Amino acid sequence: MDETLRSEGEGLHTEDMTISMGPQHPSTHGVLRFVIKTDGEVMREAIPDVGYLHRSIEKIGEKVTWHGYVPYTDRADYLAAMFANQGFCMAAERLGGVEVTRRGEFCRVIACELNRIASHLIAVGTFAQDIGAVTPFIHALRERETVNDLMEEICGARLTYNYIRIGGVGYDITPQTCDRITQFLDHFEPIVDEFNRLLSYNKIFIERLAHVAPITKEDAFQYNIVGPNLRACGVKWDIRRDIPYSVYPELEFDIPVGTGEKGTLGDCYDRYIVRILEMQESCKIVRQCLKMLPKGPAIAKVARKFKPPAGEIYVRVEAPRGDMGFYVVSDGSEYPYRVRIRTGSFTAMSLIDKLSRGLMVADLIALIASLDVDAPEIDR
Amino acid sequence: MEAKGIYARLEQRFPGKVSGLKDAVADPLLMVDAQAIVEVGRFLRDEPELRFEILSDLTALDFPKEEKLQVVYHLYSYTFRHQVVLKVDLSREAACVSTMEGVWKVANWFEREVFDLFGVVFDGHSDLRRILLPEDWEGYPLRKDYVEQEEYDGISTERAPLVEKLLR
Repeated sequence: MDETLRSEGEGLHTEDMTISMGPQHPSTHGVLRFVIKTDGEVMREAIPDVGYLHRSIEKIGEKVTWHGYVPYTDRADYLAAMFANQGFCMAAERLGGVEVTRRGEFCRVIACELNRIASHLIAVGTFAQDIGAVTPFIHALRERETVNDLMEEICGARLTYNYIRIGGVGYDITPQTCDRITQFLDHFEPIVDEFNRLLSYNKIFIERLAHVAPITKEDAFQYNIVGPNLRACGVKWDIRRDIPYSVYPELEFDIPVGTGEKGTLGDCYDRYIVRILEMQESCKIVRQCLKMLPKGPAIAKVARKFKPPAGEIYVRVEAPRGDMGFYVVSDGSEYPYRVRIRTGSFTAMSLIDKLSRGLMVADLIALIASLDVDAPEIDR
Repeated sequence: MEAKGIYARLEQRFPGKVSGLKDAVADPLLMVDAQAIVEVGRFLRDEPELRFEILSDLTALDFPKEEKLQVVYHLYSYTFRHQVVLKVDLSREAACVSTMEGVWKVANWFEREVFDLFGVVFDGHSDLRRILLPEDWEGYPLRKDYVEQEEYDGISTERAPLVEKLLR
């Protein structure tokens, strides 16, 4: 360092600053708050403060009937409501010994995978927006709008679906809707390539994300990081393949994992690109389902007063934010004794404290966006 | 490994501390002595034939009739693709168990949530604060006998039923 500069710097007083980021900060994805201790632009730590969106969904589960709880599960993660429906219904079905109709299973998979595309579009779109690229966000939302239209056609709702019911699905998918879904996929697959040209292989974007906040495999296990975030660390683990449920074993799809192609294994870029690749896989799955869609009823006959025998079960589904677990306890009555929802965002959030040490403040935004944490899912 | 095998290994390593195997239900279930839970957890994680790398979930159940709280641990092994559920019985008045934080770090937040909603104290926890509710909230909402406080910060927690309002 220059001698004059050094002498000027001597005696300057610096101290750590404590800043509150959120809960209204636009890049904290809902209402999250961080208490950040910084030394200039470098963070000492970022302590997450959650709970702003706590709606006691688990307690409500003890007060309403089994059928009546399904709409509440929507609200656990409103960007991917279908998966919470699926998880709770699977738990109830396994407890009560209900067989889902085959057409119902296929309808579920179609709806879920479309929902995954919509959720990942939000994830990658807001990711780009958070770090300063607004255009890709608009493109992503435009595509998601079409998925929302399709969802409206399937079940009448655009965000909180209440589509999957115990025993099957609420409404059958009509042939016209199938055609429209195919049209959408034909249109959407080239869009992903366009999106890649626009954003994924953009030099500025890559430089901004590569090597930022890599998660090691050990940390991922210790903190139970799940879903795309886990796969970005190079762990090939997907509930759909490894603890199979529904009709996923009959379908062919790849499981994209992070490779560290642009930086370090498990960095922000890997977490981003895994989601892009997953959207393409979801398209494949929906196409196969549309081809294989069998005839028959969409929902099995289930007693209106649904009373599963006493027992407990833990069910996992692969939601867009990873392993969503439903731990449901029945005491043989009309109401669940306890419903516990274990979500991917909650555990991902617990890791931020550790990862944030020594990061730049601007990189914290990239880290939060890359983990795709979602406030309603953390707080439930 | 099958539930029976896991049970046999635990029985051999911790005689008298593990009991009540139920493998007829979907998830094999074991009752573990509250004193031994951390040791059992560490053993299950490190044993080369078991390798439970992850703590999938940690939660609690309240049974006021039997006067007990249960803390429930769901473990899973990516290597061997087996799972096991551990349960610990605690008294409702003085619910206290050692923290699992030293074995799986994710337990930190899970335990804070259980402390927040059930009032179970985790001995040796590094940062045991409420996580979802405000610091000054009264009571533990997920307990079965929970009564909501009438007001919080001067705001009433009561709300007239919507239907009655419409009928009026």
